[in-house]
Amino acid sequence: MGAHFGYLFAAYSIIFIVIFLYVMFIWRRQAALDAELRTLEARMAALAERSAAGGPTEPQSEA
Amino acid sequence: MNNPTIRNWLGFSTLALMLASLFMVFDYVPPDAEMGIAQLIFYFHVPLAWVAFASFGLVAIAGIFYLWLGDQLWDDLGYAAAETGMVFCTLMIVAGSIWAKPIWGTWWTWDSRLTMTFILWLMYGGYLMLRASADDTPQVARFGAVIGIVAALDVPIVIVSVRMWRTIHPAVLVTKQGTHGLEDPRMIWTLMVCLAAFTALWAWLLMLRFTQLRTRSRMGRLSSRIAFATAAASDPK
Repeated sequence: MGAHFGYLFAAYSIIFIVIFLYVMFIWRRQAALDAELRTLEARMAALAERSAAGGPTEPQSEA
Repeated sequence: MNNPTIRNWLGFSTLALMLASLFMVFDYVPPDAEMGIAQLIFYFHVPLAWVAFASFGLVAIAGIFYLWLGDQLWDDLGYAAAETGMVFCTLMIVAGSIWAKPIWGTWWTWDSRLTMTFILWLMYGGYLMLRASADDTPQVARFGAVIGIVAALDVPIVIVSVRMWRTIHPAVLVTKQGTHGLEDPRMIWTLMVCLAAFTALWAWLLMLRFTQLRTRSRMGRLSSRIAFATAAASDPK
């Protein structure tokens, strides 16, 4: 291999590492979205339960 | 864009094309006679530039449609394109800088193309900082759309800068004489496969991020409605 192999290796390594990190970032954002979705589902279920019970109860927090 | 089958198919295509491009770069294509092995960085540098410019072009198109129609979909598309474009633009600059060190003897020089590319990177960096630091309001989305459109005007300047001004950046694809600098057909094939690989990767990442931003927007609206319904149920007056 040539004298500049180190540069070549560095360039290709950085490209793949950054792309991998970006994919990980997207993955973590997806996990956060899933958690938020579960919270929304729980709030909707609580709201539906209160509607079925036939009236207002204690005000719910906005968590 | 929210189709898991297409997304998975695109993901596998990206993987296959990336493996093919690595094989072609390291085993198939001959290194340049003058630059030696460092020239192989070119086969990823050019596709990175292509997908970065395509992303920024898409930001501008999405910005125009958002200002025109006011549909949140265009804002989400523009945001996703700006983010993926920034990743590829950063990698393009880093790869070019690593190539420049053994060939030019310096990591960076204030050459016309490099300077215009750096300005492009700064402008989209500003766009992403605005989006990250402010709430998702229509006003912020409008500001973002305007910045995205104005910043994209720099893309054609970066492309033609090697022919318009005196520069040390090589014009390989279209030289000043109107020809290309790839003398061996294997170089052209390798570049084509690398371009296809990065285009597929860009489309896949863009699709993932756009789908997420669409979901987040819908969940934001749903959350507001639930809050409203909860407040109404708590206070029936």
